[in-house]
Amino acid sequence: MEANLGNWLSDMLIEMTDRGPDSAGIAIYRNPVAANQTKITLLSRDEDIDWKKLGEQLKKDLHAAFEIEPVLNHAIVTTDANADDIKTWLEQNRPEILVNASGKVIEAYKQIGLPENLIERFNVRKMQGTHALGHSRMATESNVTTEHSHPFATGEDLCLVHNGSLSNHNRLRTFLRDQKIKFQTDNDSEVAAGYLTWRLREGDSLEQALEAAMKDLDGFYTFAIGTQDGFAVLRDPIGCKPAVMAETDDWAAMASEFRAIECLPGAESAKIWEPEPSRIYSWQRD
Amino acid sequence: MSDSTDNEHKPQRPLPPLVESFTWNRGTISEIQRAAEEGIYSIRGGGAKRYVPHFDDLLFLGASMSRYALEGYRERCDTDVVLGSRFAKKPLHLDIPITIAGMSFGALSAEAKDSLGRGASMMGTSTTTGDGGMTPEERKSSKTLVYQLLPSRYGMNPDDLRKADAVEVVCGQGAKPGGGGMLLGQKISDRVAEMRTLPKGVDQRSACRHPDWTGPDDLEIKIQELREITDWEKPIYIKVGATRTYYDVKLAVKAGADVIVVDGMQGGTAATQDVFIEQVGIPTMPAVRLAVKALQEMGMHRKVQLIVSGGIRNGSDVAKCMALGADAVSIGMAALYALGCNDPKYDEDYRQLGTRAGFYDAYHEGRCPAGISTQDPELSKRLDPELGGRRIKNLLQTMMLEAQTLARACGKSHLHNLEPEDMVALTVESAAMAGVPLAGTDWIPGNTRY
Amino acid sequence: MTDGGLQKIGEQMIEIDLDKVTIREFNQQLHDLNGTDKKEAYKIMNPRGKHSVAVGADAPVDITVEGHVGYYCGGMNKHANIDIKGNAGPGVAENIMSGCVRVQGNTSQYAGATGRGGMLVIEGDASSRCGISMKGVDIVVGGSVDNMSAFMGQAGNLVVCGNAGHALGDSLYEVKIYVQGEVKSLGADCVEKEMTEEHVAKLAELLEKAKINADPRKFRRYGSARKLYNFKIDNARLPE
Repeated sequence: MEANLGNWLSDMLIEMTDRGPDSAGIAIYRNPVAANQTKITLLSRDEDIDWKKLGEQLKKDLHAAFEIEPVLNHAIVTTDANADDIKTWLEQNRPEILVNASGKVIEAYKQIGLPENLIERFNVRKMQGTHALGHSRMATESNVTTEHSHPFATGEDLCLVHNGSLSNHNRLRTFLRDQKIKFQTDNDSEVAAGYLTWRLREGDSLEQALEAAMKDLDGFYTFAIGTQDGFAVLRDPIGCKPAVMAETDDWAAMASEFRAIECLPGAESAKIWEPEPSRIYSWQRD
Repeated sequence: MSDSTDNEHKPQRPLPPLVESFTWNRGTISEIQRAAEEGIYSIRGGGAKRYVPHFDDLLFLGASMSRYALEGYRERCDTDVVLGSRFAKKPLHLDIPITIAGMSFGALSAEAKDSLGRGASMMGTSTTTGDGGMTPEERKSSKTLVYQLLPSRYGMNPDDLRKADAVEVVCGQGAKPGGGGMLLGQKISDRVAEMRTLPKGVDQRSACRHPDWTGPDDLEIKIQELREITDWEKPIYIKVGATRTYYDVKLAVKAGADVIVVDGMQGGTAATQDVFIEQVGIPTMPAVRLAVKALQEMGMHRKVQLIVSGGIRNGSDVAKCMALGADAVSIGMAALYALGCNDPKYDEDYRQLGTRAGFYDAYHEGRCPAGISTQDPELSKRLDPELGGRRIKNLLQTMMLEAQTLARACGKSHLHNLEPEDMVALTVESAAMAGVPLAGTDWIPGNTRY
Repeated sequence: MTDGGLQKIGEQMIEIDLDKVTIREFNQQLHDLNGTDKKEAYKIMNPRGKHSVAVGADAPVDITVEGHVGYYCGGMNKHANIDIKGNAGPGVAENIMSGCVRVQGNTSQYAGATGRGGMLVIEGDASSRCGISMKGVDIVVGGSVDNMSAFMGQAGNLVVCGNAGHALGDSLYEVKIYVQGEVKSLGADCVEKEMTEEHVAKLAELLEKAKINADPRKFRRYGSARKLYNFKIDNARLPE
């Protein structure tokens, strides 16, 4: 499965193009770094960025080792520096650069446009890994930009994708900003991600953070959350936004619709069900 | 009177004038007392009664030296419009850009529905069904009939869907965006109950969301289903109540609409909470501007047609909507008034209902003296569909002539060529909302994040 | 029509391979029979979760779907018998008028929504809002139904051989609900009602018609308390 992960993810994501033609993004878990290192996915709003030069600047200012692997306007950074220090440095010195994800294994790629463009541009089909998430976005109330694209990073090796529409995200964003959670957009889903980041920072387990989210987030949602060794799914108590889950001996999958799962080998005989509202589902690799 | 002699020769102080509190005026006090007695919100029909900035705050810049006017009656000023040209095999070709909005049989009498169909057909335009299904009478009398798909799905069936000329997916209504319907038991007559599969005389509660989809990504799939059932022939409209119009219009385009209907807060209803009618939504004027902006940004202006409704009263409202970028307008309340709703000739009947001609809005009670918003056979007999049809035709014709007069004055040989630049605003509010300059200035106040 | 997608098997069975024939092409072929009494039989291969499979049929045809379907399979069906050998996505048999739609697997949300007649049989489980706003259809579920089933149901019967989720029959009008297993909670204005011999007979008839094996005497019946039917002005009254 791991050898085919990129290919399967691509097929799934392309099937969901109609549901979200505005932007696409993926997170993939692969190539773990050493225990004392952090892996960060950077995204530059400036397409012509000189990643090598950025690496030299970081090395000089933060006195740490930086290995930068450029992937067009994205770059995978491996470093022994502290991830928060890097984020702070980028904010102050290079505000055009966003942090897509950080952790030991996560990498995240996103851009505006159709899933097939993202897949082709970043060669997603060739990607190998243990597990992955994809999202195609139909923008509801906020802009169509790269920053507004899912997945949103919520913590170390964590990311979130959302289908639905939150109804109290503005006040919640104000509250979370007071808790020093940083936001790049006016997007409702980013607030959900920021909320989880905050709860996790306060010491909650992911499960506790999601339980709390059910009380504090209002509106409609199906969330899928990528974790270091698996993923979690949560639907709001009303449970109108679709979700289908499937399991075989070889894999577990979740999508908005069955047709996205259908392209996986053995899907016809998989155990298929619909997650119940307000119930947290999570998978971990053995 | 005091018996003190000191006061006897002093001039009498006049009684102080009665001062009504603005906050606690008689209307407010009466509503509080009604609530205390009845324990439920007030329900009524009609549209918003409060003042909102409206098209009267805009004026046209007729031609003089810099522009050349067209000769009335002699030089052409065309009015036709094609609706549904994006995906539908059979788009609608209407002679005039004024259509009749969705009003249900149930809310209205069969005679009223029949009249609307006759009048619209005489003028080459369309009528619309409502929350209650399609009656054979209205199908027969309407040359072009739009079939509404509402959350309740009362009377929905594939035969009528195929008999319709277009399908309107109703996501919201200007009078109550985000709310469902409410038809009180008095109007659920035998026929209405049968059409809606309801027990006779019960209060009918309509849902606020559709039963089989939630959100624009689902709606896209629902629209595909409707297109499949109708073999991709019928234009599919999406109707929204004006609120977050800029986003809603973009989503309607993404969901695959051929036509988008935006209904402003002045739009009428058969029955809903007064608090909904007065406190939710945005006025029609800014809604047009936001809708057009959304369409333009997507490169879809004129490709996905825009119909605007909510408080459209006359030809100048029509011309101003078109100038702001609408492709057509829809009328509801104006058509009811044309049929005789609130006609002073029924004043005695209105008094018996505890109101007066000009103030009647209890459409939900089903006792309309003019035979319009009623299911009572004795009352509805008062409305002769043939005469009603002629009155509707006359209103549409008058509105059309007025709109053409204004367009010709601005040098336009087609109503569609009216532009925002043909207008100025009288007030700062209307300048900001409509996005046209305050008269005598080049100032368009306001800033929009859209 | 694309070559190879359509094949006559024997005299009557027509095989449609949705890998080769588009949904549009198949539905058009189906609609060309509408209003006739032709009893063609179709076998639909490779549905792969596609939407709007066999919607808007209006002829007594037999359609067998070999696999899982997406949204609205059998939508607004009239007269046709549709047998889905797999799971069905949201809104299966929505607004069904007559005929029968059978799902051998599970269904997603809104199964049989607003259905006005005919029968929907779900051999597996139905997700939330099964039979929402139903208006005359009979729905028989071999497994369980989730939250808000028969919400605002107006007419028809909902039979659940397994359990029911929260808020069963919320804001109900006149749908009759029969549940064999547990009900997590009843919705507003939904109450348990007496199961008379007449109801047992009716339920037996429904189960037999649906070819679902269950003992009608083991079911409980739920229906509308009819308290929401007309608003009552009783809040201002002093307690007696």
